[in-house]
Amino acid sequence: MPEFLIAMGLVLLMTMATGLIRVVIGPTPSDRMMAAQLLGTSGIGTLLLLAPALGVPALADVALIFALLAAVSVVAFTRRRTGVDSP
Amino acid sequence: MTTALLDALSIALILAGAFFFVAGTVGLLRLPDLFSRLHALTKADNLGLGLIVLGLMPLAPDPFYAAKMLLLWLLVMVSGATGAHLIAKRALRRDGEDRQ
Repeated sequence: MPEFLIAMGLVLLMTMATGLIRVVIGPTPSDRMMAAQLLGTSGIGTLLLLAPALGVPALADVALIFALLAAVSVVAFTRRRTGVDSP
Repeated sequence: MTTALLDALSIALILAGAFFFVAGTVGLLRLPDLFSRLHALTKADNLGLGLIVLGLMPLAPDPFYAAKMLLLWLLVMVSGATGAHLIAKRALRRDGEDRQ
């Protein structure tokens, strides 16, 4: 079972890396933010899969922090306005 | 016997979850405009992570750990829905830097 969990974690890491292509090609900042959000969710999935595979239950707490930071970052991004916040 | 059955169940659920993550990534890369990409992204967020959490339930060492994973899924669902609405509203009003 741990081998299967680690393999699935690797699949999720691969989707995370592929999603980075969208961060590079854009074209709008919203697209980049969405790709970063997918990266956060895949990271949560990978951590949850690795926690039982490696026998480190504390990784679930790390995943909780990831979820919290992803939510805060999206809200902070959407509150940004051109002309007001840009230097 | 029960252990083998539970293992098969979690393997099936985790495979389905990973499939939704792959589908979400492919959608994010291939779909034509921002709103359809947003749609693909929320599928991966809610369904992919949900299926993986359900698949990991039988492997949880104690009930509190299982409850923590369920709450984590709930947090991701609420924040994903809120974030998708915020991004879509911002793009519709064009009050960000999204003019192409």
